[in-house]
Amino acid sequence: MSIIRSLKQLLIVCLLSLPVLGHAQANDEQAQSLLTQLAESSYGQKGKIAGEIARSGDERARGWLEAFSAGKLARIEPSKGDAEGSGKFVIVLSNRGRNWKVQDALTGDDLGEISRRDLDSIRVNNSLRSEIDGILSVIDLTVNDADKRLAAARGLRGNVDEAMAKKLTELMASEEDADVKATLNEALAIYKVEEQGDLSAVKTLSGSLNSEARAALNSATYSDDPALKQAARDALASIETKLKWNRAAETLYFGLSLGSVLVLAAIGLAITFGVMGVINMAHGELIMLGAYTTWGMQQMLPGQPGLALILSIPAGFLVSALAGVAIERSVIQFLKGRPLETLLATFGISLVLQQLVRTVISPLNRTVVTPDWMSGSIMVNEALSLTLNRLYIIGFALVVFVGLMLIMRKTRLGLEVRAVTQNRAMARSMGIKATKVDIMTFALGSGVAGLAGVALSQITNVGPNLGQNYIIDSFMVVVFGGVGNLWGTLVAGLSLGTINQLLEPWAGAVLAKILVLVFIILFIQKRPRGLFPQKGRAAEG
Amino acid sequence: MKIKKQITAGLSALALTLTVSVSAPVAAADEGPIKVGILHSLSGTMAISESTLKDTMLMLIKEQNENGGLLGRKLEPVVVDPASNWPLFAEKARELLAKDKVDVIFGNWTSVSRKSVLPVVEELNGLLFYPVQYEGEESSENVFYTGAAPNQQAIPAVNYLMNQVGVKRWVLAGTDYVYPRTTNKILEAYLKDHGVADEDIMVNYTPFGHSNWQSIVSDIKTFGSQGKKTAVVSTINGDANVPFYRELANQGIKAEDIPVVAFSVGEQELSGIDTGPLVGHLAAWNYFMSVDTDANYDFIDKWVAYTGKEDAVTNDPMEAHYIGFNMWKEAVKKAGTTDVDAVKDAIIGVSVPNLTGGYATMMPNHHITKPVLIGEIQDNGQFSVVWQTPSTVAGDAWSDYLPGSKDLISDWRKPLHCGNYNVVTKSCGGKSEVAAE
Repeated sequence: MSIIRSLKQLLIVCLLSLPVLGHAQANDEQAQSLLTQLAESSYGQKGKIAGEIARSGDERARGWLEAFSAGKLARIEPSKGDAEGSGKFVIVLSNRGRNWKVQDALTGDDLGEISRRDLDSIRVNNSLRSEIDGILSVIDLTVNDADKRLAAARGLRGNVDEAMAKKLTELMASEEDADVKATLNEALAIYKVEEQGDLSAVKTLSGSLNSEARAALNSATYSDDPALKQAARDALASIETKLKWNRAAETLYFGLSLGSVLVLAAIGLAITFGVMGVINMAHGELIMLGAYTTWGMQQMLPGQPGLALILSIPAGFLVSALAGVAIERSVIQFLKGRPLETLLATFGISLVLQQLVRTVISPLNRTVVTPDWMSGSIMVNEALSLTLNRLYIIGFALVVFVGLMLIMRKTRLGLEVRAVTQNRAMARSMGIKATKVDIMTFALGSGVAGLAGVALSQITNVGPNLGQNYIIDSFMVVVFGGVGNLWGTLVAGLSLGTINQLLEPWAGAVLAKILVLVFIILFIQKRPRGLFPQKGRAAEG
Repeated sequence: MKIKKQITAGLSALALTLTVSVSAPVAAADEGPIKVGILHSLSGTMAISESTLKDTMLMLIKEQNENGGLLGRKLEPVVVDPASNWPLFAEKARELLAKDKVDVIFGNWTSVSRKSVLPVVEELNGLLFYPVQYEGEESSENVFYTGAAPNQQAIPAVNYLMNQVGVKRWVLAGTDYVYPRTTNKILEAYLKDHGVADEDIMVNYTPFGHSNWQSIVSDIKTFGSQGKKTAVVSTINGDANVPFYRELANQGIKAEDIPVVAFSVGEQELSGIDTGPLVGHLAAWNYFMSVDTDANYDFIDKWVAYTGKEDAVTNDPMEAHYIGFNMWKEAVKKAGTTDVDAVKDAIIGVSVPNLTGGYATMMPNHHITKPVLIGEIQDNGQFSVVWQTPSTVAGDAWSDYLPGSKDLISDWRKPLHCGNYNVVTKSCGGKSEVAAE
């Protein structure tokens, strides 16, 4: 380790003395020999050679290092390939399938497709990758873009060594951006606490929520110097109190996001089961159809996952709604008032739909791409970041909820639905076409299940089993919230999600699930009609 | 001889059940095709993994038939669908052995399905080739384990992390069932043997198909920020992996910070995810599709041609079936018959080429020798090998790190002929498995 470390130092010293790569004349022979060394040496040596490449002054060096780090630098096998191509270094542009698209690493010429058999990838591993990241981020500290400098400075925390420390101190003096400066200061302080046991640096770190800073302070609590030990402990204690609030906020966020998923999955059921009283075991498969619609959309619009996702919101609704109508017309309408038969028949339908997807599409999970604007997270502070895909889903769940609420309360359809479910005979005698309302209601509930599928495709597997995983939870939420009440579904979903996430850290995921189930059973014993029971005569029916 | 052959041919044309002499029906059975039972789920939750193995077997059988069959007879696949239903596995195995009278069975994926089939195969004296990595602690006279035992996958992977990466803190995360629980028990004992303190090990179990990983990943993040290099050893099964990796990426945990080494994630599982954010996470297997050997490239070409899909992937259990099928074939050739007892004796010591440029040998404990490869995930859903054992490792049926099994050995050769011989008490446990507490 120490050899690698000192090599790294050496390399960084040399690098820092060269602020920008490559004014020098390109030298293909030298490049070829360096790349050959890179290809043929062991993992331990490769870092050193990567450094030499960076220092060679070749302006293509950055491209090579990036390709190497991504595992895309390869050599045409010397013994194989065509006579002129053999031994050539190439940058792989596309590495899917059996033939790879490549480009000459030295000249940049497009070499077309080459069989994978004839290519030797130059291997890279995690520690090399972070070494190269270090090399590249030191270079990035001198660029004009402040955001890039900040990212580079962030990456340096915990990776600073003696030689770098000196250079960083110089860079810090000339740094204008306050954020970058503070981050560099922190990086230096971490180094000082870890390597030198510097007491004043502990103060710099005392408010930091960065995990590297905490690690450094943690190691300082084992030091022999009592003053340093005490200071580190105090600093850690002050960080701990700050962290506690962050953790509470984080748990709440996790709970809400799990809850919103539950709400989405259950709210369609709240309509078909809660309002219409149909026990639809195929509800999960309607969710699955929505997810597969998203996949289908992305297949039809390659390269535009975001647009496809937005378009699949109406498409998923339509597909699931149509499937719902088909189920209602072909099976459920004949089983009106026979809940046990409905349950068994729809369970059968769910198995049929699953196997249909397995046979027609594939038993394997499908890849649904997450668009860029939905991946990653928003950093509130160093210890608290909110994952974006979950944030979108919370928002989406609320929008769907409000939309449904408006339909049920403000539209003629909603009025008719409520009328039919409260007193079918009376509604019919008032001229409402009960059959049509049945179809519309079932279509609405199924369509919302499709919307849930579109959202779920972003956080879980899109496969034939998708629906099964959510059907039990959905029934739980609807029953807990009070059958026939949309508000109940919302409150039940969010609170079950939060309870689950509160329990999970100390009970474990398996026990947390069991505890939630036990809780619901006990609750239903006490209040059989759930959180928000329906009142009046409708409740008796 | 000639006359007898004509007679038997004539008889078999009439009816197979005619019992003129004791030898006649046996000889008659030898004239028909050799039946190969394939016991993999084609529907239900396990279809995702098992249906490709059925296709692999069909491809191997078709190829063998094109090359003239075996012992001059054709091979005939008998495919049944146990539908991911564990008791149904036992029923279907009985159907294959008693009704279809197959000569050998290739099948099963989950340990629980294997445990369900085990008594049937032993009772009816069948042959079962089991192609998936498993928790060990079992050795049956009638089962050949062509997947990895824990010492051929989990232990070398932990060694790699400990010695090459310098990991000091360990998260053992798994799905809540027998394979992860046994494997983690072995790993915990192994880590403690190597001086890892209790507080540096975090064990976590999740239900099947778990999809909400937020708080667990956040816990792992906290656990890993204590100043010591941390790694996650994952025995998380099947579908639950995708949301797990997605959550890791979303919470900004990179492989450079906290690497995850998985024992159940292969090329096929990765084909369902966008692997960009996973680059650098690890898997330990005995085969990767990216292995740079001609045997492997030929196998891939055949597989692509057979499935007709340019993007079809190969994986470790497929290689295990490839090896198992070839071993069985060689053993049948050696024995000159498909008789179960003869094949069972003949197969021990048989060596066939594997796809990674070496040879696999059937050991007396019915496990095989395999190289152990550690690969890092690439952005194209493939693995790049970063480390491998210098030579092949022989599978160990009974773990050396569990108190209940460390004195047991398995040797199905005569005179020992025992699956769980205790070297201390010098006695044979008798049954195919003992409770490993």
